[in-house]
Amino acid sequence: MQYLEGRKYVVQAIFLVVAMVFGARLFYIQVLDGSYKLAADRNTLQRIVQTPYRGLIYDRNNKLLVQNTPVYDLMVVPREVKRLDTARFCQVVQMSVEEVREGLKAAKEFSRVKASPLVQNLSTPELAAIQDNLIDFPGFSIQARMARAYETQNLAHTLGYVGTITPKLMENPKYAKYQPNEFLGRSGLESFYEKQLMGRRGVKYRMVNVRGIEKGAFRGGEFDTLSVAGQDLHTSIDIDLQQYGEMLMAGKRGSVVALDPKTGEILACVSAPAYEPAALTGKGMGNRYMDLLNNKERPLYNRPLGAPQPPGSVFKLVNELVALQMGVVSPATGFPCNWSLVKCTHRHEYPSNVSIAIKNSCNPYFYQVMRAAVMRGRSRNRFEDTRLGLTEWRRHVMSFGLGDKLGVDMGSETKGRIPTSDFYDKLYHRRWTFRTIYSLSIGQGEMGVTTMQMANVLATIANRGYYYTPHFVRGIGNSGPLPEYQQRHYTSVAPQHFEEIIPGMQEVVDGRGGTGNFASLAQFGISMAGKTGTVQNPHGADHATFAAFAPVEDPKIAIAVFIENAGFGGNSAAPLASLMIEKYLRGKVVRKKWEEWLPGSADRFVSRHH
Amino acid sequence: MPSLPARYSRSIDWITVGIYLLMVFVGWLNVYAASYSPDAPSNAFSLSFSELMQFNWFKQILWIGTAVVLIVVLVVIDYKAYDTFAFGLYGGMIVLLLVTMVIARPIAGSRSWLELGPVRLQPAEFAKFTTALAVSRFMASTNLRHQHWRDHLVLAGLTLLPPLLIIASNETGQALVFGAFLLAYFREGMSPLILIVLAAAGAILILALLVPKLWLVGAFTVMLGLVFLFNSRVLRHHLPLALSVWGVVIGMVFGVDFFFNNVLQPHQRKRIEVLINPSADPLGVGWNVTQSKIAIGSGGLVGKGFLEGTQTKFDFVPEQSTDFIFCTVGEEWGWVGSLVVIILFMTLLARVLYVAERQKSVFGRTYGYCVASIIFFHFAVNIGMTIGLAPVVGIPLPFFSYGGSSLWSFTTLLFILLAIDAYRKQDLVR
Repeated sequence: MQYLEGRKYVVQAIFLVVAMVFGARLFYIQVLDGSYKLAADRNTLQRIVQTPYRGLIYDRNNKLLVQNTPVYDLMVVPREVKRLDTARFCQVVQMSVEEVREGLKAAKEFSRVKASPLVQNLSTPELAAIQDNLIDFPGFSIQARMARAYETQNLAHTLGYVGTITPKLMENPKYAKYQPNEFLGRSGLESFYEKQLMGRRGVKYRMVNVRGIEKGAFRGGEFDTLSVAGQDLHTSIDIDLQQYGEMLMAGKRGSVVALDPKTGEILACVSAPAYEPAALTGKGMGNRYMDLLNNKERPLYNRPLGAPQPPGSVFKLVNELVALQMGVVSPATGFPCNWSLVKCTHRHEYPSNVSIAIKNSCNPYFYQVMRAAVMRGRSRNRFEDTRLGLTEWRRHVMSFGLGDKLGVDMGSETKGRIPTSDFYDKLYHRRWTFRTIYSLSIGQGEMGVTTMQMANVLATIANRGYYYTPHFVRGIGNSGPLPEYQQRHYTSVAPQHFEEIIPGMQEVVDGRGGTGNFASLAQFGISMAGKTGTVQNPHGADHATFAAFAPVEDPKIAIAVFIENAGFGGNSAAPLASLMIEKYLRGKVVRKKWEEWLPGSADRFVSRHH
Repeated sequence: MPSLPARYSRSIDWITVGIYLLMVFVGWLNVYAASYSPDAPSNAFSLSFSELMQFNWFKQILWIGTAVVLIVVLVVIDYKAYDTFAFGLYGGMIVLLLVTMVIARPIAGSRSWLELGPVRLQPAEFAKFTTALAVSRFMASTNLRHQHWRDHLVLAGLTLLPPLLIIASNETGQALVFGAFLLAYFREGMSPLILIVLAAAGAILILALLVPKLWLVGAFTVMLGLVFLFNSRVLRHHLPLALSVWGVVIGMVFGVDFFFNNVLQPHQRKRIEVLINPSADPLGVGWNVTQSKIAIGSGGLVGKGFLEGTQTKFDFVPEQSTDFIFCTVGEEWGWVGSLVVIILFMTLLARVLYVAERQKSVFGRTYGYCVASIIFFHFAVNIGMTIGLAPVVGIPLPFFSYGGSSLWSFTTLLFILLAIDAYRKQDLVR
């Protein structure tokens, strides 16, 4: 049997081969392949993000506008829900059976073992009603978090709102750090200053066991970071003025923008129709949002920044300034009020100089001013001459901050439009002349200007030639004025030309028979320079505009008012702007007649005029 | 004649005893780590006995203590008793297995546990050493090389009866262990062809599951063809054999599906599927394998340290103090620790083989090889399962896994050999 002894080596070899395979395999999964370590961390490490305290928002007088308040979400872990007494549960949470069913279904689809919100944004009293009964409903729990609370019923468009992040926003690299269902500023300042308001998230690493139960800090909290509260926003808004403006604009569609010309600070920014900012927070926010979204008056639309309109006669000021700068007219230039060229608004004295023309808002006069500025005879070709002329004219116009974004700290800002020669080439296949574009001279036609831009033009005139970028926020946290808003933007028009048109603008308000007489604040010794406008509207009643600044000698406020379908600007827009200026400069309003007259539907102003 | 203790101390193989004690100690450390709870009171002495009995590590101390008593009994018993009563023990065990099947309460689907008060024992564990004794005894009385075919049948019957009873009580894993006896039979002269054919059949079955069947058949045909081309004489002489092998292989390849779907039970099928593709059943059987690999794989080179294993401590690994005890080794002691455990097993096996080879009797030697083969089978399947190289088969890691049945059974298995070995000189004299 000796020969069988060799077989012991075979057995030993089998043992050894298996041991070596194990050693090699273990070396591979333990030392070479790092993926198991990651998988182990995924198993046991839970990253808990602590949302920082969101920054507050103040007005220019340090009045608190937006703060935070604790709200409560009713969370549900579907797997832990046992024998739910649906009828009683519905009664306790004040929801219909369908709502509860749908909510539970959605929660199940999200996860059976993780908590997801069934009802969000319960207030403290609402919580109290639910909390005592919660013990009877296993699987449901309360989670507290901070939500926005508003100290004002106004300024909704500017403030914006805070809501959960959408899947579309999550794709934006800017929001890469956000978790699903996390809250962020969705519009207005809340969105534009999201980064500053948000602060820095804190992160805690916790170890959990297989059932997700916490088992203490990871490595004694070595990698944990504390959250840093968001910074406060100090806005330039005068909330009293804002409230007053919204009150006056009640029942109408349109916008009002008031600026401090010396700084570019936005004092008031009214978009009508408005809504209360609190509508977009708290329980039922989703439904209220949908109601606002589907409202045909479009209350969510931020009109002063997002709705370019033809500026109407107010634009005549820019037209005149450009022509003065080009040297094609002088303040003393007179043009006949020739109705064959273009109709005038009314019969008035002969426009023998620019002041009379402005005071009466003479359409033929400014038609001829712009023709002089555009048709310079630089080409014998009529079409070419117009094209060259318009291009140069446009360049001057755009130096007023028109036709492009001003750089306001608001995401919803639009460019408006000052049409280019190319634009008309496309529209008219290169066959167009001054006769085609003359409407621009009186702020009509293919031109689009936002109320913000209009107010900024008035601030520029008030400053005699430059403007600061209009802005809502004067300071973030403890930091002072932001450098980008301290830079002067000069127009291409020399300062003396501004002086040349201001007397006419004063005549509009205070001169006998001026189109903006309703705006006069002469009784208080406040001088005002302004311009009315009536924007032709092919779809309905004309839009009323008025833009002004005051006092003329030391401008403290520049304002632009745009009221849709309110007819002649002097009737509605002018007194409204005047009340705003009175309110801002005097702190109170004594002309109750106008104050009672203005709020309400815009239709009335139209009938008065005819 | 020297006194009894003196006789033992001279003739017992202390090296094996040392390795055994070391393994039991290291095993206990890992059972402690696996059943350690950071929430529990840190001072174990402040706990009452019944409170301590909730912890596997404490109960394992009791099992180890009783195992020591068992060792003394095993060694004191006259070595000749193992030889003499081999068939008696075997028969008794068969009866016990039958009784267990009838009276046992089903636990996790298997009727294999006997409950004696607070103690739960699994007779299947002890069937290993009784069977080993019986087949060794039988082997000593015959000769596998020149034996009659009837002897073959008897041996096969002796080996297969216990596993069949164990399968009937739904403990397939414990039944597979009896396949390990083939290694011992091989040493005693069984034709190597049986091992080769079995290994080849296993390889073909696994390949048939991994590789498209036509490729496999094609590759095999080409291989045969090449042998024919380069060594035509072999094939000419053995053409009928070659053709029948070819036919059997083709049949096996295409029979895999039938075997897989109709012979295997669903949970067994799943375990093999998971072996090939762990993501096949990520929350069921695949969960065990995946989590086990994560625990071991996250250990790195030197491990996370004693009691620092997160995957085991936080219950991600199932059965972590019994069948998956190796996860704790891998996670807390890393590759170095795993290698130490593997080397411990290899040392023990080498020593057992050495002890077996020095036996003068066929009985002793065969029994020694049975011991080595059974321990090896457990080692290979258990560790293989935790690192995804073997299907999930519920058998413990000898000396490491928590549990009285398993510790007692392996202790008995090993120390009967040492008892026989201690008297080998007398055997010679006799």
